[in-house]
Amino acid sequence: MFGNILLGLQHLASFENLLLVFAGTVAGMVVGALPGLTATMAVALLVPFTYAMDPIPGLVLLGAIYMGCIYGGAFSAILINTPGTPSSIGTTFDGYPMASQGRGEEAIIGATVGSAFGGIFGVVALIFLSPPLAAIALKFGPPEYFWVGVFGLTIISSLAAGSFLKGITGAAFGVLISTIGIAPIGGDVRFTFGLPAMQGGIELIVMLIGLFCIPELLTIVSKGIGKHQVVEYKRTKGVLRETVKKVLSLRKNLLRSSIIGTVIGILPGAGGNIANLVSYNEARRTSKHPEKYGTGLIDGVVATETANNAVVGGGMIPLFTLGIPGAPPDAIIYGVLLLQGLRPGPELFTTRADITYTFMLSLGLAAIVMVPVGIYGGRLLTRFVSSLPARYLVPGIGILTIIGSYAIRNNYTDVILMLLFGVVGYGLRFLGFQAPPIVLGLILGPIMEGGLVQAYLMGQAYSSPWIALFVSPLSWILIAMSAFSFLWPYIGPLKKMFQKPGGITPGGVE
Amino acid sequence: MGRNGFLKGIVAFSMVLATGFFLVPAQADEYPSKPLTYIICFNPGGESDITARIQEQPLQKHYKEGVVITYKKGGGGSVGWSELIKSKADGYTIAGDNLPHIILQPLTRGNAGYNTLDLKQIYLFESTPNILVVRKDSPFKSLKELIAYAKEKPGAMTVGGSGSSSANDLGTQMLNKAAGIKLTYIPFTGSGAAVPSLLGGHVGALMTYSTMAVRYSGDFRPLAIMSEERMSVLPDVPTFKELGFDLVEGAYRGVAAPPGTPDDIVKKIAGIFDSIMKEPGVIKKMDENGFKIEKMGPEASTAFVKKKMAEYKVLVEEMGLKKK
Repeated sequence: MFGNILLGLQHLASFENLLLVFAGTVAGMVVGALPGLTATMAVALLVPFTYAMDPIPGLVLLGAIYMGCIYGGAFSAILINTPGTPSSIGTTFDGYPMASQGRGEEAIIGATVGSAFGGIFGVVALIFLSPPLAAIALKFGPPEYFWVGVFGLTIISSLAAGSFLKGITGAAFGVLISTIGIAPIGGDVRFTFGLPAMQGGIELIVMLIGLFCIPELLTIVSKGIGKHQVVEYKRTKGVLRETVKKVLSLRKNLLRSSIIGTVIGILPGAGGNIANLVSYNEARRTSKHPEKYGTGLIDGVVATETANNAVVGGGMIPLFTLGIPGAPPDAIIYGVLLLQGLRPGPELFTTRADITYTFMLSLGLAAIVMVPVGIYGGRLLTRFVSSLPARYLVPGIGILTIIGSYAIRNNYTDVILMLLFGVVGYGLRFLGFQAPPIVLGLILGPIMEGGLVQAYLMGQAYSSPWIALFVSPLSWILIAMSAFSFLWPYIGPLKKMFQKPGGITPGGVE
Repeated sequence: MGRNGFLKGIVAFSMVLATGFFLVPAQADEYPSKPLTYIICFNPGGESDITARIQEQPLQKHYKEGVVITYKKGGGGSVGWSELIKSKADGYTIAGDNLPHIILQPLTRGNAGYNTLDLKQIYLFESTPNILVVRKDSPFKSLKELIAYAKEKPGAMTVGGSGSSSANDLGTQMLNKAAGIKLTYIPFTGSGAAVPSLLGGHVGALMTYSTMAVRYSGDFRPLAIMSEERMSVLPDVPTFKELGFDLVEGAYRGVAAPPGTPDDIVKKIAGIFDSIMKEPGVIKKMDENGFKIEKMGPEASTAFVKKKMAEYKVLVEEMGLKKK
C-alpha cells in the first residue's frame, strides 16, 4: 500500500496535475459559493472536458472541483445567510451571526481549517480503511434507513431556535412538501395540482434559496437600504493566528465531526446535507454551553464545515470498493470511471493503483490547497461584501437566486416556486417558524418514506408486515439513538425537577 | 448541468443573433448548422446518461457547433418529456426517451404531461433486458431452485428493482404469473439504488437490467435473462425462453424530438445516430457496459412503440396497475 501511495504521489507531483488541483479547487469554491449551484452540478458540468483528458488528470480535476465546491458553500452561508450548497445549511446558524458582528473573517477561517481537517480525515479513511468501512454501506437496508430518518428528525430539538412545537410543525410541513410529485415507491401522482412540472417534486435547492435567501433580502430591504451595511468588516490584527489556534484546540469537535461526516458519507442516500446538521447537533449537545450556539459561536461553524468535507472522502469508500456511490456527485464520478474502463472493486486498488491512489491523494491535496486560497479569498470576499452597499448587494444576490433555482433543473416552475417559498418563508419568520426544520423535513421525508414502504413490503412474510422495522439489531440501535437524542434536551430540566420538588418549567425546551 | 445549458444557451442565442440577421433560416439540407441540445430526463450517472456520454464525442463530429447534454430530471422522466414536447421543433432539441416509461406513465397517471405519441421517435439505439440476479453466495443456483422456494413460501422471497410500473416491476409480475408464484417486488429509486440492498442481503434477489449484471459480475449470480437470445457479454446466462417461460421484457432507450419536427430532419438525425452506433469505439463501450445495441430508425421505432403500447395496455389492465 505504501508503495502505491508513493506511486500516487509521484503521479500527482507533475506540473499538470498540481495545476489541475489548484484550478479545480478554486473553480469549485466559486461555484460552491453561488447559491443553487451544487457540487453535483459542478461535477456533471465538467464531465465532457474530462473526455479529452487521460483518466488521471480527468479524475484529479473532478475531485478537486468537488472538494472545493463543498467548502465554497460556507462563504455564502456565512456572508449572506444562504447556504451555497445543501452541505452548508448548518453553517448559517453561527456563521451569519458572526459575520453580522463583524467577525466574518474569523468565521471563514474557522470554516477553512475545519474543512481542510475534515477533507483530509475523509481521504485518510478512504486510503487506509476502505474495505472494512465499506461494509457499513451494506448494513443499512430499508428498515434501517427509516430509522436513520427518524433519528435525523430528532435533531429538531437543537435546530429549533425558540419553540420546540414550532420546530416539529415546521419539520412536518417539510415532510409534507417532500411528498409532492411521483411517489418514490408505488409511482402514484401526489399533490401536483395538475401541473406536470410538479411531478418532479420540490427540489431541495429551490426551497433552500427560497427559505433562506429571499427572506434575508427582504429583511435587508425592509431595514432601509440607504444607511445600512449588510455585513460589517472590522480588520482585526492577528485574527488569523488566533482563530487557527482556537479551531485547532477544538480537538474533540474536529474529530467527532470528521467521523460523523465520513460515516454519513459512506451511507448511500445520505450526504453532506444530513452530515452537517447531525454534526452541528452533536457539537451542541456535547457542549458545556449549548445555549451559546446560534449566537455566533465558532464551534458551530467548525462542526458543520468539518463534517461536510469529510463526506467527500467517505462517499468514495463504497464507490471504490463496491461500486456504490455514497453521495450524489459520486454517482457522476462512477459514470466517468466506467467510461474510462475502470471498474470499482479490488482491481482498482491493485492493477489500477496508479490511477486510484493519485486520485485519492489529489483529494487530500485539494483540501490543503483550500487553506491559503480560502483564507486569502475569504478576506477579499468579506471585504467586498461589506463594502458593497445594500442597493447593489440585494439586486445582485436576487439575480443569483433566480439563476440558481433555474439552473438546478432548467425549469421555470422552480423559479416561481422559489419566489413563493421566499414570501412564505418571510411570513413564517414573523410567526416564529424557522427555515432549518422545514428543510430538514424535506431532506428526510423521502428517506423515511422509502424505508417505511420498502420495509412494509419486505415484511409480507411476517404475521404483521410492520415487524420488519424491528428485526435487525441495527434498527434497535438506531431506535435507542433516536430516543436518546429526542429526550436529551428534557433530561437536564427533569433532573432539576427531581432535585427541587415544587417544579420548574422545562426551560431547556424553550 | 443546468449551467451548461444556460451558458450554451447564451452562446447559441448570440450565434442565432449573429447569423440570423444575415442568413436565410436554416433549411434541412444545411442541417446541422446549430448546436444540438440533448436532454437527459434522469440523474447523471444512470444508464441514459452513460449512453449519452458515450455518444457525445462522436456526435460532436457531426454537430460542429457543439453538443450540449442537459438534465431535466424528475417524475421518472416525465418532467423532461413534457418539456420536450413544448420545445422548438427544429431538430436542435432532442431528448433521450425510454420504454416502457413513455408508455406506462401516460397509461397509469392521470396527466403525465405528455402523450406517448407526442414524442416523435428518431432512433432507438439500445436495450437492457431484465435479468434476475442473486448474490454470489446465495443458495439458489438456478431459476428452478428459486421458483421452487417461492412456491414453498409465497411472498417470502423479496425481489428488488428499479421503480414502480417499470420494466423491472412488470418483469417480476410477469414471472409471478407465468410460474404461478408470489415474489414480493420492492421498488427502489433506480437500478443503482437497489444494488446495496442485494449486496447487504436486505432483499433476496434483484430484477434488474443487464448493465447491472455486467457491472457487478463479481458480486451477482445471474439466473436468467428476459431477452430473445443470450447476450454476448453474458454467454452463460440462459434466457427465460430457454427455461420454458416466454418472457421478453426490458428497457429500451432512444432519442425523440418534439412533435412537428420535419420528417426530413428527423431522418437526418436518425442517420447521424445510425452511423454513431456503428462506430467500433461506441460498440465496444456499449458492450463493455452491458447494453444491447438496437438499430431502429424513425419508422421502425415508431412501429415498435405502437406495438408495445398495445401490449402494455393489456398488461396494465391485467395487473391492475392502472390508476385513475
